[in-house]
Amino acid sequence: MAGKTLYDKLWDSHLVHQDADGTSLIYIDRHLVHEVTSPQAFEGLRLAGRKPWRNNTIVANPDHNTPTQNWDKDIEDPVSKLQVDTLDKNMKEFGSLVYFPFKDKNQGIIHVIGPEHGTTLPGMTVVCGDSHTSTHGAFGALAHGIGTSEVEHVLATQTLIAKKSKSMLVKVNGKLGAGVTAKDVALAVIGVTGTAGGTGYAIEFAGDVISDLSMEGRMTICNMAIEAGARAGIMAPDEKTAAYLKGRQYAPKAEQWEQAVAYWNTLKSDTDADFDAVIELDGADIQPQVTWGTSPEQVLPIGAVVPNPADETDPTKRTSIENALQYMGLEANTPIEEIKLDKVFIGSCTNSRIEDLRAAAEVAKGKKVASNIDVAMVVPGSGIVKRQAEEEGLDRIFTEAGFEWREPGCSMCLAMNADRLSAGERCASTSNRNFEGRQGPGGRTHLVSPAMAAAAAVAGHFVDVRNV
Amino acid sequence: MKAFTQITGLACPLDRANVDTDAIIPKQFLKSIKRTGFGPYLFDEWRYTNYGEPDMDCTNRPLNEDFVLNQARYKGAQVLLARENFGCGSSREHAPWAIDDYGFRVIIAPSFADIFYNNCFKNGILPIVASAEQVDQLFKECESTEGYELNVDLPSQTVTLPSGASFSFDVSETSKKNLLNGLDEIGLTLEHADKIKAFENQHKVSQPWLFT
Repeated sequence: MAGKTLYDKLWDSHLVHQDADGTSLIYIDRHLVHEVTSPQAFEGLRLAGRKPWRNNTIVANPDHNTPTQNWDKDIEDPVSKLQVDTLDKNMKEFGSLVYFPFKDKNQGIIHVIGPEHGTTLPGMTVVCGDSHTSTHGAFGALAHGIGTSEVEHVLATQTLIAKKSKSMLVKVNGKLGAGVTAKDVALAVIGVTGTAGGTGYAIEFAGDVISDLSMEGRMTICNMAIEAGARAGIMAPDEKTAAYLKGRQYAPKAEQWEQAVAYWNTLKSDTDADFDAVIELDGADIQPQVTWGTSPEQVLPIGAVVPNPADETDPTKRTSIENALQYMGLEANTPIEEIKLDKVFIGSCTNSRIEDLRAAAEVAKGKKVASNIDVAMVVPGSGIVKRQAEEEGLDRIFTEAGFEWREPGCSMCLAMNADRLSAGERCASTSNRNFEGRQGPGGRTHLVSPAMAAAAAVAGHFVDVRNV
Repeated sequence: MKAFTQITGLACPLDRANVDTDAIIPKQFLKSIKRTGFGPYLFDEWRYTNYGEPDMDCTNRPLNEDFVLNQARYKGAQVLLARENFGCGSSREHAPWAIDDYGFRVIIAPSFADIFYNNCFKNGILPIVASAEQVDQLFKECESTEGYELNVDLPSQTVTLPSGASFSFDVSETSKKNLLNGLDEIGLTLEHADKIKAFENQHKVSQPWLFT
């Protein structure tokens, strides 16, 4: 019999009940909550007279609606304010392990604050009403997004109704070249799988490139597993995982620490485990990536030219290319490096951690944002990231170069707050989705790494960060 | 949960691949703290030529006449024909809420994104996966035939075309049972409360640090 994959181990260790058709109840260890996808779930509990099964599994904070500047003015949009106030009210009424209200010094993007406080641990199941929950898989946790009805189900029962996914191994071998980052790996993988290639799978990322990455880089890759269609991305925990967690507020302490680490060391795919699909990439082949279209799979290396729909034989794909070029206002065969930009956004649950800001600052240091860039903003992922960056002087590097240094939040990744693109504006963004209207109606998004975004801000157009 | 047994409903063809949940219901409408009232904003950026705001009255908004939902022949459609990877992107359940509120009860596509597919069942919407060739045929017939109605029968797991031809589809036994009976999933799960507690106790022994 073949050995077990990491995904098998995580699934088996949380299986509470299984029906004959495979429909299962999975126990949930950590429930992350934000203001957008939870109000209807708490209302459902209230209407049914139910209580949370285990409210000390809840880690919550508002992030999608919160403004990133002028905090003294509170939340000016009354509809956004009601949603944030509703989370406050629900947390008071139902209770939680961790809750950082708006303007708390530790508030931030839910997928940044969870790991920061040691509330995401290897071997856990983690859910959140947010597709980018896959981020937490970087710790060897089974983590994925759920809908609001499922949020209510987890609150009321501490379980999720699920069917086991198939397993895919994405192995990134070798070493990355200078200037090539975790974000480029994530985009390059999606370029291979397509946005639906991972549908129905849990993806395990492995290989020397993954082992060499920091926890921040690993989170960037797992974060984007969902853009390959996979609800969950996972990575085996190692010494770096333990080193990251040690001493964090909710990480195990004293003798439990040793016990936990011993258990975490078992969380890896057996050498004879079978995967339903295997994809291998060579890190040395991965170039800095830029998306040109309206789906993350529409991605190319910086040196490429925008594709020509006439070269595509599949009619559905050809139509997709035509639609994307029209929406993006791009001509076929335009070199990516000639695409001029209006805005630059460095932030989001994909790329707003300290290492991301360091990489962007290194490129921006001593330079100026180009005159054709209306706004270049840096939005740290949390209060902790912000303070750390300020201690290191990164904020001054950014502001001296002409970037805006904002308060933490989801910001222009999805533009639910005031940070957004106007119709026709073109943005280099370190976020995760380049869908139509994602950063504002009619806005045009190109996904890149933090270093590539900073280089583009300085040049006013895309440029190969390796030549800067 | 709303029950689903069978319908005979007008089909509407949305001929785009990778339709994401941002397109199904744009982010500004996610600020609502309710589950209802999203129907007028379904596909908002494709459907109207102006910018939609939450709680906006849509009766006099300028329509994008080219968009399929705005064509008179598809008014009252209950079956949405879609292309591959429908519902990709964000986990927002506001997407199926909007689809349901608009009046669609069934979506037929070659493939769906995982989270969206699950979210449909929670809201009495039946997502049907059919082969790309089958979906192609439905698109062609629907576009060339006004008043193209499909019969969708969940007990027999069958879709019947106006020609009388039919095809069958897969659905998990549990989802089928819950959908047919409109069952409250939380209530059903809580019938296993003892099992959950027993699991929890054993989990506490094996990973005590998760409970401190």
